[in-house]
Amino acid sequence: MKASDLVIELHAQVVAGAGNLDREVTGGYASDLLSCVMAAAQPGNVWITLQAHMNVIAIAVLLDLSAVVITEGVHPDAEVLARAEEKGVPVLLCPQGTFSAVAQLAQAGIGGVR
Amino acid sequence: MDDGATQQAPPMLWADLHIHTVASPCAEIEMLPSLIVGRAAALGLGCIAITDHNTTANIQAVARCASAYGIRVIPGMEVQTREEVHLLCLFDTIEQAFAWQNIVDAALPDMKNRDDVFGAQLVVDENDGFVRLIERMLLIAADISVDQTVLEVNRLGGIVIAAHIDRQAYSIITALGFIPPDMNLAALEVSRATTIAEAKKRYPFVQNWPLITNSDAHRLDEMCRSIPLEHEIASVRKLMFGKQGSYTL
Repeated sequence: MKASDLVIELHAQVVAGAGNLDREVTGGYASDLLSCVMAAAQPGNVWITLQAHMNVIAIAVLLDLSAVVITEGVHPDAEVLARAEEKGVPVLLCPQGTFSAVAQLAQAGIGGVR
Repeated sequence: MDDGATQQAPPMLWADLHIHTVASPCAEIEMLPSLIVGRAAALGLGCIAITDHNTTANIQAVARCASAYGIRVIPGMEVQTREEVHLLCLFDTIEQAFAWQNIVDAALPDMKNRDDVFGAQLVVDENDGFVRLIERMLLIAADISVDQTVLEVNRLGGIVIAAHIDRQAYSIITALGFIPPDMNLAALEVSRATTIAEAKKRYPFVQNWPLITNSDAHRLDEMCRSIPLEHEIASVRKLMFGKQGSYTL
């Protein structure tokens, strides 16, 4: 599955990194504690969170994630989206809660990493 | 132990910049103005900050009580941000603290506290007398970001210290993974569970930040001499925290 398929599965809104959606998604990781994500998420993973801080983008770059899904209808600040765009990090917004988003992606065949 | 402390001259006064009162639901009922001030006097503290969770309601009561002892009370708050980060916001004046309270009040969810689950949130006077209950839930995140907090508190004339960075819960490091180097934090607070030297070892990226410890007292016997100050604090903005838990002005 590619990052672009996540958009379809979640009916998500792409707010940054639209030009970078052809990456293969290697699995999924969900947490709102960025320290846990740094320690556990794997390259190519999609990360599902409701955090929208600038550090989210830094961690997505650091870990070479394929996409970040921000749940619960949270909308990141313009600076955060500008940084994501600059770094080519796909940021997907969806109104669903994290559990629902994870369930949808699991059903679509994305596995957890641990 | 703090490797810098041994080389310093004895402090002019001791401070503890993170103390809760009975307005914090998790604080013991003994955290009343006269008892806090009495304990501060017994410890030889010259300066204490009152930092309840998302509220400034008991600062004036403690300050009135402390004036008789010549103990300086710094108006503060331990705010819980949208990212579930606890930040100490310290001000020079109660007016600044109240202005910050207005911003927090507008950002707190409209939920009622459950005394039976979280504990009561009590407002008291300087004689420890009951004034009222705070009905709104305080142990919850305000819908305001870490960055907005730093911006607004600085704008009002205050400073922000990241609270208990070494803890699992409500720590900026746990929640945000790392501390953006350009964030305008006056210092990082390490809880009493960890020494400053241990914190530096565990989180190498905090090396360049000023590190301090405070009591984060929820009980009287947790209060302690936390921060050695070389001078009286003219303004919190002038507090320069050192990298070894030291202080200059």
